[in-house]
Amino acid sequence: MSDITPGLETLDYSFPGRRPAGTFAPVLVGVVGSGNLEVLLEPAAGNDCAVRIETSARGFGPIWDAVVRDFHQRHGLAGVRVSVNDMGATPAVVSLRLDQAVAELKT
Amino acid sequence: MSAISYAECSARERLALLLDPGSFHEWLPPSERLASPHLAQLGVPSAFDDGVAIGRATLAGRSVFVAAQEGAFMGGGVGEVHGAKLVGLLQRALRDRPAAVLLLAESGGVRLHEANAGLIAVSEVMRALLDLRAAGIPTLVLIGGANGCFGGMGIVARCADRIVMSDTGRLAMSGPEVIEASHGVDEFDARDRALVWRTTGGKHRWLSGDCDLLVEDDVQAFRDAAIAVLSAPDAARPVTLDALEAEHALLAARLAAVPQDTWGRHGEDDAVHYWRGLGIAEPARIPDMDVAAVRGLDPAGRR
Repeated sequence: MSDITPGLETLDYSFPGRRPAGTFAPVLVGVVGSGNLEVLLEPAAGNDCAVRIETSARGFGPIWDAVVRDFHQRHGLAGVRVSVNDMGATPAVVSLRLDQAVAELKT
Repeated sequence: MSAISYAECSARERLALLLDPGSFHEWLPPSERLASPHLAQLGVPSAFDDGVAIGRATLAGRSVFVAAQEGAFMGGGVGEVHGAKLVGLLQRALRDRPAAVLLLAESGGVRLHEANAGLIAVSEVMRALLDLRAAGIPTLVLIGGANGCFGGMGIVARCADRIVMSDTGRLAMSGPEVIEASHGVDEFDARDRALVWRTTGGKHRWLSGDCDLLVEDDVQAFRDAAIAVLSAPDAARPVTLDALEAEHALLAARLAAVPQDTWGRHGEDDAVHYWRGLGIAEPARIPDMDVAAVRGLDPAGRR
């Protein structure tokens, strides 16, 4: 038997940002399908980049940690709330979706 | 410019490409986080929009209300919130009277995770849709997503004034797997994709008179078709006694096309036999024909 309990896993991260995102209309990319995820970017007060992950694949905390830290290293957004609904996407897909959301933000 | 596949687009991509550019104004957008209250309890991730986007927009300059179901999220299944968003849109249309209501349907029907709430929601969608028809507000369903339009949403589609389908779109009540599970693989082999499309696909629906326009799997073709349908003087079809009798006559003609004493004894594929019964000269060629050629057959005599 696995020691991983059933249900969704919620992971929260917060990093100090260096590039203020300013005000913008919320951005949604991706869909919650098998092996896929949706990413919602919203403006937030303060200078942090707050990330909340809800995932059906439990027990991958260290990998999420690495993927989210990489994301923040690439973009360093400040004053942003990132919300993710994940249905078992691979780390590469997660990184691409996060970058896609930031790209939409810039257009 | 090459065609953009309607089937391969997400619900939001369809809205962006089908409606007038930049005209879509969403109600209850993802940032409202109006997600399913049930899925998390079952360990299933939610979507911020519960799998459907609703709002107002313009189509060729005309004011329309529109909903688009996301097939990649739970097969477009209708849950409690998803259904409530559809009902709210339709009821608001009854109040505000837009030029038309468009439903970009892609759904396997009721979302089984929240079955009772989903069933009630679908029945409410039907009632709201029929209220719009009674009020003379044109309702148009577009079907071309990879998941097709099945179950309760299949019934909803046939409650609308008009249906536009692509040849890759599918429309039915019970889905292939459901029929196989209940009646056995001898009755219906759900893995036989050619059989699935012969019996639920856009060409079959067009030949049977179940959809009003058959188009290529191309977002622009869907847009053009929607504009054409809504520009026609008979875009709205109020539910009258005459309309119901015509509908019954269509069903009777369909039954007469394949007399019961020939069932299981005609020696050819059921769908091909039925198309032959509709008076099509070389029905076995239908699956290989392109959309334009099939449109030219029009056995239901719509033009």
